[in-house]
Amino acid sequence: MLEQLEGSKAVARAVAMCRPEVICAYPISPQTHIVEALGAMVKDTTLEHCEFINVESEFGAMSVLIGASATGARSYTATSSQGLLFMTEAVYNAAGLGLPMVMTLANRAIGAPINIWNDYSDAMAVRDSGWIQLFAESNQAAVDLHIQAFHLSEEISLPVMVCMDGYVLTHAIEPLDVPDQELVDKYLPPFIPRQLLDPEDPVSIGAMVGPDAFTEVRYLAHAKQLKALQKIPEISTEFERLSGRKSGGLVRTYRAEEADTIVIGMGSVVGAIEDAVDDLRDSGISIGAISITTFRPFPLDALREAVGNPKRVVIVDRAFSVGMGSILATDVALALAHNDIRLYTVVAGLGGRAVTGISLKQCLSKAVKDDLEKLTFLDLDVDVVERELTRMEQSKRSGPSAENILRDLGTTTPETEGQL
Amino acid sequence: MDRPFAITLQPGSSRANKTGSWRTERPVYVDLLPPCNDACPAGENIQGWLYHAEEMGYEEAWRTIMLDNPFPAIMGRVCYHNCETACNRGKVYRPVSNAMLFGESGASFGKAEYAGVPGSTLRTTTQQGASSGQRERADYLRDGTLDEAVGINAVERFLGDIALKSDWQIPAGKPATGKRVLVVGGGPAGLSTAYHLWLLGNDVSVYEASAQLGGMMRFGIPAYRLPRDVLDKEIDRIIGLGINIELNHKVTDLLAEMEEGNYDAIFLATGAEIARNAYIPAGDSSHIIDALSLLRSAQDMERPQLGRTVVVYGGGNTAMDAARTAKRLGASEAIVVYRRTRDKMPAHDLEVEEAIEEGVKMRWLSTINRVAGEKLLLEKMELDNTGFPQPTGEYDELAADSVVLALGEEADLSLLGHIPDIVIENGIVQVDSTMMTSHPGIFAGGDIAQKDRTVTDAIGNGKKAARNIDNWLRGIASPDSVRHPLAEWSRLNTWYYSDAPATMRPKLDAVRRQSTFDEVVIGLDESEALFEARRCMSCGNCFECDNCYGVCPDNSVIKLGTGMRYEFDYDYCKGCGICATECPCGAIDMVPED
Amino acid sequence: MTKGQAPTPYSGSREDIVTGQESKQEPQQTPSTPRQVKFYQTGSFAVGGRLLDAPERTVQSGIKRTNSLTLGHRACQGCGEALGARYALDAAMRATENKIVAANATGCLEVFTTPYPETSWQIPWIHSVFGNAAAVGSGIAAALRAKGRDDIRVVAQAGDGGTVDIGIGCLSGMFERNDDVLFICYDNEAYMNTGVQRSGSTPPAARTATTEAIGRQPGNQWGQGKKMPLIAMAHEIPYVATATVAELHDLEYKIEKAMSFRGARYVHILVPCPLGWGSEPANTIKIARLAKETGIFPVFEAEYGEVTGVSKIRSKVPVEEYLLLQKRYAHLFRPSRQDEVINKIQEEADRNVRRFGLLGEDGMVQPSDTDKGISAHLGGKVG
Repeated sequence: MLEQLEGSKAVARAVAMCRPEVICAYPISPQTHIVEALGAMVKDTTLEHCEFINVESEFGAMSVLIGASATGARSYTATSSQGLLFMTEAVYNAAGLGLPMVMTLANRAIGAPINIWNDYSDAMAVRDSGWIQLFAESNQAAVDLHIQAFHLSEEISLPVMVCMDGYVLTHAIEPLDVPDQELVDKYLPPFIPRQLLDPEDPVSIGAMVGPDAFTEVRYLAHAKQLKALQKIPEISTEFERLSGRKSGGLVRTYRAEEADTIVIGMGSVVGAIEDAVDDLRDSGISIGAISITTFRPFPLDALREAVGNPKRVVIVDRAFSVGMGSILATDVALALAHNDIRLYTVVAGLGGRAVTGISLKQCLSKAVKDDLEKLTFLDLDVDVVERELTRMEQSKRSGPSAENILRDLGTTTPETEGQL
Repeated sequence: MDRPFAITLQPGSSRANKTGSWRTERPVYVDLLPPCNDACPAGENIQGWLYHAEEMGYEEAWRTIMLDNPFPAIMGRVCYHNCETACNRGKVYRPVSNAMLFGESGASFGKAEYAGVPGSTLRTTTQQGASSGQRERADYLRDGTLDEAVGINAVERFLGDIALKSDWQIPAGKPATGKRVLVVGGGPAGLSTAYHLWLLGNDVSVYEASAQLGGMMRFGIPAYRLPRDVLDKEIDRIIGLGINIELNHKVTDLLAEMEEGNYDAIFLATGAEIARNAYIPAGDSSHIIDALSLLRSAQDMERPQLGRTVVVYGGGNTAMDAARTAKRLGASEAIVVYRRTRDKMPAHDLEVEEAIEEGVKMRWLSTINRVAGEKLLLEKMELDNTGFPQPTGEYDELAADSVVLALGEEADLSLLGHIPDIVIENGIVQVDSTMMTSHPGIFAGGDIAQKDRTVTDAIGNGKKAARNIDNWLRGIASPDSVRHPLAEWSRLNTWYYSDAPATMRPKLDAVRRQSTFDEVVIGLDESEALFEARRCMSCGNCFECDNCYGVCPDNSVIKLGTGMRYEFDYDYCKGCGICATECPCGAIDMVPED
Repeated sequence: MTKGQAPTPYSGSREDIVTGQESKQEPQQTPSTPRQVKFYQTGSFAVGGRLLDAPERTVQSGIKRTNSLTLGHRACQGCGEALGARYALDAAMRATENKIVAANATGCLEVFTTPYPETSWQIPWIHSVFGNAAAVGSGIAAALRAKGRDDIRVVAQAGDGGTVDIGIGCLSGMFERNDDVLFICYDNEAYMNTGVQRSGSTPPAARTATTEAIGRQPGNQWGQGKKMPLIAMAHEIPYVATATVAELHDLEYKIEKAMSFRGARYVHILVPCPLGWGSEPANTIKIARLAKETGIFPVFEAEYGEVTGVSKIRSKVPVEEYLLLQKRYAHLFRPSRQDEVINKIQEEADRNVRRFGLLGEDGMVQPSDTDKGISAHLGGKVG
């Protein structure tokens, strides 16, 4: 049943349907609405048998979940950006220990300069942590993915991160269908932990492992992720069987059959890409799109198969590795290494900059003619960066670039400069 | 549980890691000689019987005493308890008060703040005002703060008395050997020997010259120190074993008696009962008697005429007993005249104290020059560099109705007159290490054969003689006794012992003490005796306090259960030595690994 | 008369008053006042003893003690932390009928107990990272609460680094939320696992690898460091206590008392480290004892932010006797004696004695003294 809902509230309701037993909350925008809603549900007993803990930091949040999960409790938290970085040590630890839990990452850029808007630099910062990372294209996908995430996490005993774009999704209000409790209960089996802190059957969890076994431990962690590549489609199929809605899975194709050009993206930008594909198809261009839902484990084979054999692939990424380029493109390139395909990378939407249909279509139009730079920053203000680069050349003490650019853009007044 | 590889481990699996291989030193349990046992002339296993008494096993405790000493009730009264002097508990240090130590920060821990510190062992840490570099560190750290010696003697008396009250009996001794031994003299040495010989299976006879057994216990120790019913009961218990006793049997020809009685060996224990004399010029009217006669008359309930003022000449225990007896016999004044100072007196401190408590007066550094009618002329003395008294030529007068001489006793050795191969030196019969005289088969002990003339020494002598005689009769050599190393105070970790002040034995009130022969010192009740027993620190011998078991960081001490002590688990013991440091009683040594 | 039974006649003047000795029979009952203990051969100071009634024996004296930390661990010879951990956890086990779960911070205790493929723990135990033991404990407690398992109790433990430095954020959070976790700090006053570096718990003048005994002020700086038990008290949690490995009865009493409360509890145990302190392994307990007997380490307990009892010094000794057994203070005595520094340390110890009322008869701090002392330390916020 469709309801007009904010993305965060819908996700909160979906999480509550999963009957979590421990939830940690630490405020950071833009994920706060989710835990606020959950907190309210615990308070008004909509969500029973659940401990809602206002922790002192994200590091504390993740650490509490580690303890809770190891004690057999279904555990959940949400974070963003700096918060994710602050908990990073524990994020790695949870994955290393193989503890099931679900965390929403309301994607947001990482400072400095501090920025509260959407991009994927936070998710990318922990892509090697051992967590499973799922990306939601829409709020409906976010709702469905959370329910699937608990199933997946507990099935393979790994933590799962559901990434949804900050503000773009979290704060968007739209008609959404949150599955009812009966469906979720049917879908999601009770949590049976693989390892448990239990006085009746004591074990020591978290041993120190030296060179003699560390490689094997890492290999096994990788094997688990590969196993997830099999499980994710199964779990998705099962969800579709019960809800009648297709969601989740590894990758999704859109008008990609026999296309000369394939555009690959993740998250909410996929919607813009699909609009552009439609327009370009209308003008007779052979173009399609692929959405990557499962970023970790990275679906090399599924992606290769979905891509097929086009002339070129354009990767639209909302993050990039400074000094290197698109992170997503690197992974896609590995998937397509044996194919003779030209790759273009478009870095778009950093720090919340809107990815407009016009800009995207212009960019793709160039790409289909192989007239695009290998690495393009969508809507980059070339004048501004040129001026700053010149200034840096001229003076060693040219000041912080961010503030310089803001001044160039006229965002700040001379009076406030001193305060910045 | 299906455990993830490497990250999650099976509990207790570290047992596979035998950490004992790290060790360079290993702890070993030792048993050491406690100082009380070491000091006991009767060779009692004091720590051993206290161990039983501590857990209210009074009969077991009494039986342990009886293995060495047949007279616990007597000894619990008259022994001068060298054990308590040796007791490590009395060597422990106690700060005067915490308040004194606090407040002056820093270097305020001078020697003066510790009471009862035997200066020989404790060097102080810092001296107030001492300049840098001059301070010396303590030889050891003061880990504990304790108090006074365990009241061993009082507990022994309690055990002796409870045994008499409960009529506990001596169990059968060893199978009969068929050997006959004659004991000459029914004093403590003779009776102790007879008892031990009987325990060893010998046929024993005791010939006593007087009409009663007990010797100096009866004739030399007044009833107010040793009630006669206690004496009689403990002697009767021995007689009851089937030892042949002949009273009023004075032996004059030893060899003839030996042949006549068909004895295989003889033990001589006739004691020292002849009063030593001193020449004191005196008129005929002067009333001079010897101390032993005085004590003997008191025992016989005679009341010798002593007059109002009695002077006792001498400084030994007999002098104290004579003076105290004189008071009880009606003397209004009893004055002890002694040529040296109090600290040089041979009398035991306790006896001196009790005498003074009862009103006996002391004239130190004085000799009796002569007796002139009812007055004595005393010469003042002074001690020379060697501590020997020298006359000063200064004189003083002292009124006295009678003079009691208490100048020591000598043995009557007339019965040995016709045995030429027995050697006598300075009035003492010479014996070898087995206590045998130069005449085969004739052994000697007690006051005739030793300088230390206490009842305790005599009892110890008797036990030793009995064992040697028995061995000689069996034709086997007496084994050299192996003594364990002494459990020195420095081995103890006294921190673990609670402060527990000694129990004072109550005494009879002063009025009754001056007029009657009622026992002066009152015994402990059960709770007091138990408390006292539990003050024992068990020096040098494990008493199962569980400390080693508890303090091992490597769980490498195995507790075997009550009475079975502990074992080290050398598979895992890393040899850190905490157990040895923290053993309260010093029963663990660290020894290097090979 | 039965062997091993306490004699009935004892009462009154023969009783030896010992603070901190408590019946172990009813662990869930909140112990309120120090009780009088009858005198025995070694009083209540040794681990056990045949003359003690069973309830007065320590957990450690028991032939069937749980040995939560068992044989084969790889702690150094004479490790105070290995000892303290077994003492504390076995006591917690007894208090909970063997139902505890432990979270452990990174550090010596974690490394020497759980190197793959062996663990020395016999209790359910988890190690996550260095700074989050308290939060992991909170998570365990939350999970148990959610599942209605109030019979299983949680212990979180760390060394001083994992407590007062990197772990203080999570710890403070656990405290202020009053999560049902007993946090135990095994304080050996530096980062031993990484090679003896200074922590916020390292005392002044002590040599560590990052406060070497060189320069004009050798050893650790004066005027730095923090007193975690007082910080814990400032959270007004139900129970805070300090203890040392030298007084087992006191330590066990405090753990058991801690387990009688629900909510956040903190026990801070001084555990000498032969390696880091440069002491003889055999002297570990002796040094802990001296830390208390000098006044350097005050042993006390507090409920809801107020001191309720102190373990009195039995026989005060100068700090020098404590310092001399440790090479980390060797520079105070060689090549020349640093009287000024030694006196300063003595003053600190004496200040503790005054502040906590460590000397005297009653075993309890006078409220006025406490208020003055503690509030002075906290800048007058309590009082």
